[in-house]
Amino acid sequence: MMTLEQIIQSLELKVLTNPKAFDEIQPTTGYAADLLSCVMTGASRGGLWVTLQAHSNIVAVAALLELSAIIITEGAQPDEATIQKANEEDVVLLSSQQDTYRVVGRLWELGIR
Amino acid sequence: MTEQTPLRKSSIISDQEAENITRVEELAYEIKVQEVMTPNPITMTTSMKMQEVLEQFRVARISGAPIVEEGQLIGIISIEDLIRCLIQSDLEAEIKKYMTRNPFTVKGDDPVVEALKVFVSTKVGRLPVVNKEGRLIGILTKGDITRGLLKALQQDYQTEEVRRYRASHLFEDIESERTSLILRYNIKAGDFTHGGEASSKIKRALSRMGASPQIARRCGIATYEAEMNLIIHTTEGGVIRVEIEPHQISIDVYDSGPGIKDVELAMKPGYSTASEKVRELGFGAGMGLVNISRCVDIMKLESVWGKGTRLRMKIFLKKEDTVGEGHAAKTLEEK
Repeated sequence: MMTLEQIIQSLELKVLTNPKAFDEIQPTTGYAADLLSCVMTGASRGGLWVTLQAHSNIVAVAALLELSAIIITEGAQPDEATIQKANEEDVVLLSSQQDTYRVVGRLWELGIR
Repeated sequence: MTEQTPLRKSSIISDQEAENITRVEELAYEIKVQEVMTPNPITMTTSMKMQEVLEQFRVARISGAPIVEEGQLIGIISIEDLIRCLIQSDLEAEIKKYMTRNPFTVKGDDPVVEALKVFVSTKVGRLPVVNKEGRLIGILTKGDITRGLLKALQQDYQTEEVRRYRASHLFEDIESERTSLILRYNIKAGDFTHGGEASSKIKRALSRMGASPQIARRCGIATYEAEMNLIIHTTEGGVIRVEIEPHQISIDVYDSGPGIKDVELAMKPGYSTASEKVRELGFGAGMGLVNISRCVDIMKLESVWGKGTRLRMKIFLKKEDTVGEGHAAKTLEEK
């Protein structure tokens, strides 16, 4: 099983929220979409969510669904309030310079299915 | 302090503990040094012999002591200093030859995080704690901080346990023909900043009342979509009212306009009237009402164009899913 720590390392993701024990988190699966309602239906508890949305509403979605982390793609930068809210809600925000297609491809290669 | 918190080193971390990790960081800011320090430590004076230091350390089983003259802290002597002295076979020397002068200190009313910063940036093992006047009031080690944080976490945990216990037995001791708990949330139109807060609170309330993760999730998703609809589409905002009974959860969401022109069309997957601006935020997939219908057992949508909309939903709870009665047979795992 891949840990979030290994995923962060191998995809060279930037951690935007407070550090925590990423080596203890094992994302079960993943979901990619930019429409929040689709995520609401499709994403599984404990999964990763890959999106290029970076506004504060992604935090509420991830918290409600208890996702293991959000990977924000194409270097989109959430504002300070969003990061703060994520810290409060214990949601992990990660950032990648690459696009969603490539990030998902790498995750699939790592065995996150 | 991230690498310094011993709690992070534990190998198995449950969801509960994962929550506590960020709580540790919060606590480091909330707890004051004087709450976790060892008060009234053994002190020494500059003219004492190193031989006495050795004796005191051995008898009191300590590894360091502040040096005080006339109530003022002037230095600190540690086991490392004693070792240096022993290498020189110099036990007859006075403390002042080996002590560290002007040691790092922390103030009693500083938050623990300040002390952690000093521990991280220096290599000291203990910090004298002083009051505003610079008088010594205690001594602090990393061990003291760990113990203090663990104690605070334990209290936190017990508080949450008590809350959960109370909430999960909410209906048990109340006798009536029909008991229910009503939660009400006012949602402002256009308030994207607080989008999802009401539904998070509803989900948490249900979890505390002993709802299964599955039920809490279904309810969370349904209320989230309804909440976002109020934020995105209404002119004046609206109200979410959740009535929790042991056998069912009834959710009533209503607003005063603008109303839905064609309810049947609105229910169609992918149909949306959301503006371009809202769509850029990732809303307006036209899936909100569809999602709701998937999560609830009964859904009734009534709307009058120009008047307002009322969405009523029900989730029925099977015997094993019942909330507020503290059923022992309840499963905590997600089915």
